[in-house]
Amino acid sequence: MIKIGLLHTTIRGDEKLIIEAARKKSIKIKLIDVREEIFNRKTYQCNFDVALQRCVSTVKGNNATHFFESIGIKVINNSSVAAICEDKFVTSLALQKANIPTPDFAMVFNSTQAVKAIKKMGGFPVVIKPPLGSWGRLLAKINDIDALEAILEHKDVLGSPQQKSFYIQQYIKKAGRDIRAFVIDGQTICAIYRDSLHWITNTARGGVTSNCPVTREIADISKKASDAVGDGILSTDIFETNDGLQINEINHTTEFKNSEKPTKTSISGAILDYCVKVVKNL
Amino acid sequence: MKSTCPVCDAQVTLPKNTEESEIISCSDCHTRLVVSSLKDNNATLQEAPKVEEDWGE
Repeated sequence: MIKIGLLHTTIRGDEKLIIEAARKKSIKIKLIDVREEIFNRKTYQCNFDVALQRCVSTVKGNNATHFFESIGIKVINNSSVAAICEDKFVTSLALQKANIPTPDFAMVFNSTQAVKAIKKMGGFPVVIKPPLGSWGRLLAKINDIDALEAILEHKDVLGSPQQKSFYIQQYIKKAGRDIRAFVIDGQTICAIYRDSLHWITNTARGGVTSNCPVTREIADISKKASDAVGDGILSTDIFETNDGLQINEINHTTEFKNSEKPTKTSISGAILDYCVKVVKNL
Repeated sequence: MKSTCPVCDAQVTLPKNTEESEIISCSDCHTRLVVSSLKDNNATLQEAPKVEEDWGE
């Protein structure tokens, strides 16, 4: 019987769904709280076929991924995919390099360059995001030069070194929603709309989910985005614009607990099916 | 399964399929709690860790 090592820190509703789906499919799951492990190559005893990385902590998840890869265990998603998706700037570079429509962006390290970059991007408003971060935290919509100066000065004085890398993205006016598509092995299995009156539509910030029919356009752009970052279990955040769809971000440890019900899709089951497929192809 | 909230001492009822490291809320004081151990039908609860900068998806 195939045994999946589920790498986790805190157990979220998403991991509970995966555990429940595994029970239904008679797939063995070994829960591995990475915070309690000793990752020493000389002493570690591994007794599962593939690792499914579901840590809420990006840093701990990365370390665990590198460790298991070093002892020959395949990790889903692998460290290369994680390295791209965890960083918004690196994701944007990968998307642009692959000619996938994505909002214009720039990385700068001081306010003088920020002003020049914004001018070249067509002016305000823009969005400044921490390159590493999630759940819509510390996003700033910058409407004018005064706000820009204030935000950058605060980041410079108060921020960690990572906060002093200013990732600037063109602001895309949304019709009160964006799309999240769940993409496994390049195939979009379902998608949701995230509606919000606020410009930030993350469900962690109150965005409301509903089913979004998977159109050919959504499936095509999501497939290309998945290919661009190395495939696996992903979700794409998509903006609807007058010029067509644009990929905003790609998530590599995607949360889906609020999406199974509206889409009537067992995302957790599809995740497990993919893990089984990977093991069978080893 | 029942346990005690470490913040307000209220009795917390845990669902059957509770897992170690799962985050729950105390129904009385609404503190976010983590199931720190789960042995022989006994659960120990602690205050959940605060969200850190690298948390997310």
